Amino acid sequence: MNVRVQQDDFDISAEIAGMRRGNPKIGAITSFVGVVRDINDGDTVATMTLEHYPGMTEKAIAEIIAQARGRWEVLDALVIHRVGTLQPTDQIVLVIVASTHRGDAFAACEFIMDYLKTRAPFWKKEITPQGGRWVDARISDDKAAERWKT
Amino acid sequence: MPPQRGDNPTMITLLYFARLREALGTGREQLALPPAVMTLAGLRVHLAQRGAAWATEMAEGRNLRAAVNQTVVAADAPLSDGDEVAFFPPVTGG
Repeated sequence: MNVRVQQDDFDISAEIAGMRRGNPKIGAITSFVGVVRDINDGDTVATMTLEHYPGMTEKAIAEIIAQARGRWEVLDALVIHRVGTLQPTDQIVLVIVASTHRGDAFAACEFIMDYLKTRAPFWKKEITPQGGRWVDARISDDKAAERWKT
Repeated sequence: MPPQRGDNPTMITLLYFARLREALGTGREQLALPPAVMTLAGLRVHLAQRGAAWATEMAEGRNLRAAVNQTVVAADAPLSDGDEVAFFPPVTGG
């Protein structure tokens, strides 16, 4: 289990290779990469700054991974989330899940991402031509997290 | 008499994040809890009484989340000496 909050970029290939080498029981690895868009809610985004709650962030993500482990067969999992100022096309977040088979790897990866969006204490501020604005939470993200409760 | 704490002062650390931090003009403070403030909800009312931006941001209708010692808790959560209490808007990471 691994959680990293960092300013630096990440290399998905290197992270997957490291996970794969570490465990010969792994038969499936799924990953998700979140990327900064240049348009949000109709406005051009020049840069985006991500703030977080140091300490709680790591704890909250570790808890989400622990929940995923309780529901699916997860052999290994990694979450990297960037903070600080990012530009469009930059990578923001990486989730990698390893399992014996693909079903559990796909589901756990999606679950971790849905819960991260609604529970991990990060906040985005966009700089647009009209100035800075804090991004509002989306109802669609709440709904995406809700569906795992059934 | 409503329930109150004992004689020892109850000191907590308060943290504010993102839009809330900017609106209040501070990200962190130490606070001696008044004896009558027993819960998170009580603390919010107490902070709103500071007026101006505090009244606006801490108002009941505002969509705020709160954590005590880095765990999200409900409004009736009790507060103790040494607690780290954080207020923040709904999260928007990922």
